[in-house]
Amino acid sequence: MTGTQHTQQTAHLLPLDPELVRRARALAAEVGAPIVDLARRHTTVSVERATLRLAGLTGADAEGSPWVNRLVDAVRGEVGLEHGVTLPVWDALVRGEAEDLATLAQKAAAGSVRFRLPEGSDAEPARRAARTALELGIGRIDARRREREALVGELGDPERTPWIYLIVATGDIYEDIPQAQAAAREGADIIAVIRSTGQSLLDYVPEGATREGYAGTYATQENFRLMRAALDETSRELGRYVRLTNYASGLCMPEIAALAGLERLDMMLNDSMYGILFRDINPVRTFVDQRFSRQVHARAGIIINTGEDNYLTTADAVEAAHTVTTSQLLNEFFAKEAGLEDWQLGLGHAFEIDPDVKDSFRLELAHALLARQLFPDAPLKWMPPTRHMTGDVFRGYLLDAFFNLAGMLTGQGILLVGMMTEGVVTPWLSDRDLALQNVRYVRDAAGGLVEDFRPPPDGFIARRAHQVLGESVELLERILRHEHGLLDSIADGTFGLMRRPADGGRGLDGVVEKADGYTNPAAELLEGDG
Amino acid sequence: MSALMRPYGDTTGDGMVQLSFTLPMPHGKKAEGAAQQLARKMGIEPAMVVHAKPIGPSFTFFVVYGSVSHLVDLDEVKVVEREYPLLSPKETNLAIRTLLRRRMVVVGACIGTDAHTVGIDAILNIKGFAGEKGLEYYREIKVVNLGAQVSVPDLLAAARAEQADAVLVSQVVTQREAHLRNTRELATAFRQEWAEGEGPVLVVGGPRFDEAMAGELGVDRVFAKGTTPADVASYLVHALAARRGVDPTAPAPAAEELQEEPA
Repeated sequence: MTGTQHTQQTAHLLPLDPELVRRARALAAEVGAPIVDLARRHTTVSVERATLRLAGLTGADAEGSPWVNRLVDAVRGEVGLEHGVTLPVWDALVRGEAEDLATLAQKAAAGSVRFRLPEGSDAEPARRAARTALELGIGRIDARRREREALVGELGDPERTPWIYLIVATGDIYEDIPQAQAAAREGADIIAVIRSTGQSLLDYVPEGATREGYAGTYATQENFRLMRAALDETSRELGRYVRLTNYASGLCMPEIAALAGLERLDMMLNDSMYGILFRDINPVRTFVDQRFSRQVHARAGIIINTGEDNYLTTADAVEAAHTVTTSQLLNEFFAKEAGLEDWQLGLGHAFEIDPDVKDSFRLELAHALLARQLFPDAPLKWMPPTRHMTGDVFRGYLLDAFFNLAGMLTGQGILLVGMMTEGVVTPWLSDRDLALQNVRYVRDAAGGLVEDFRPPPDGFIARRAHQVLGESVELLERILRHEHGLLDSIADGTFGLMRRPADGGRGLDGVVEKADGYTNPAAELLEGDG
Repeated sequence: MSALMRPYGDTTGDGMVQLSFTLPMPHGKKAEGAAQQLARKMGIEPAMVVHAKPIGPSFTFFVVYGSVSHLVDLDEVKVVEREYPLLSPKETNLAIRTLLRRRMVVVGACIGTDAHTVGIDAILNIKGFAGEKGLEYYREIKVVNLGAQVSVPDLLAAARAEQADAVLVSQVVTQREAHLRNTRELATAFRQEWAEGEGPVLVVGGPRFDEAMAGELGVDRVFAKGTTPADVASYLVHALAARRGVDPTAPAPAAEELQEEPA
């Protein structure tokens, strides 16, 4: 998807004050800059494990503890992680402690390897060896990206936007596969495999194909591989490239990003603050992990999906509309800083205004148009109603139709298909079929309206959009008035409803401040300065 | 009201119902006949298959209307009432303010070797479960989630330090009845610390627990599979009110108190 078609369609949908837009972006950059600095000064156990995964270390011990965890823990225990895991690891390999990474990890787990931090001339061979291993790893990601580009070139993209995004979530990868293939045949352009509840809080990535999950399927390298292979088969059958989505979030965000790159996933949920606010993951851990994972996504040609819809599931969608805009601006800043391009920014927002509120649909249009106009080249991700789906499936079906209409009218890039049984049952075959009929009807009947729909510049919609942008600018200014900016704001509950102090939350013990000689060839290659 | 009744379409006693379902067979005359047969076996006579649509090559979706022959006998309707009323987050917040005049403190943990925080997180994390937000979402509840593999002495110490109103423990792993053993150990420790009816309300939950076992295990309440955050929050309000001998669902005070104030 290129942004140009959106730009042409939507360039003059909504006249926004260019000065206010410029100010919003400048403020987001000012808020984000110290966070980038913080991320550059730290590493995490998960960044180091992701580095080993990129170098090709896979598998787990008999208890299911991945070798990357065992090796990073062993190195940390002996010499610390302040200098990164690669120097001590490749130093041990150069010294002949083991013939390869996997053997080294096993020996380290058994306590039969001594690690050291090589200094002076001893460090150079280790550095070179690590660099070579990671050039190979990043090369594998590059190859998978070229493979995707070739497949898209050969099979083609969907003919029109928005792309249709459908979810499967059985818990069993072998059940997910036929469901995903069926969903693609029914018209899905993107398949998302929902993760098992609570995976975000695991400090390791499970191994192998999995058949048991809680309300979702574990994200594992083997599950990724199996599903991508199945969808490749279906893509050929259908003559269009069907994309696969998973979640680079939680404590293993960088590792899952690396696995996604290695297994050619196409989109990843990857929000800058979701884990902090909704999963109580330590803010520093999240920002460090997020930056590395976004660098991997940038390199792998993966489109990220951000999680602004979540703000609206906990707060009122009218009152909190500006928090969505603010988060989108921050996500954009962090994403671009990490090397992602506009076409890779699936910035999220959602149709969550209480349908009993007067003018709710006009308000939805205003918010959706604001996002469209503010990020003209990004494939925005449009999320269906969940909060006001009551179990009355008939009313829910109507609401989903209005959601679809708003998506078409405002030129959204990715449309997550709403189910009338949201919150009632996991979607049945017939629910999915009805939901897709709903999308198709609205698209065929009204998709072209994006060309005709020009809300008057002084009308309700334009005024509301401007108001939300103004409130967003005020919020960014309020964040900047805190001594430690964003971190203090997250701590005092400025964002969402939760107070998350920088020294609290899960995963803080996995954060390490870098020493002067910190080395990570993967990070250097991804920074583009190596 | 008569004890016997039938569904109502547009005329008293017409018995009209609608239903929809999918059969795993290709669309065609045979499929419509199959749908009719199913409806008839469900007591719908005559059954009108008003819509039949193929979903792919091997499934068909139906909408059926018809008159159901069954009668509803209200005298035979027995419902099991939960022992406490289910409150919305707003009602819970209001009840806590009225009852405690401060925030309710809830300490949660997985005890023993159980590393599965799925259950406790579903109840406590703001993310919640089944479309409901977790207890962190409640303005008037302070949540202290100790996470996994917490020892009973540590949990006891945290409950004391936080002056917890309630302690929630989740147990997913059930090998060799570990969940029951751990719960008894927990209950014993708490009863040594606090007399009956004092100290935090003690709640355990997990997929293999039986809700009738609370007395036997020595805890105040057991929650089984499918419990949502609102169930737990409502119960806690009820339990704390009962200890104070008040009715938490008494009519709300002055209307302005319903205004949510910033926490």
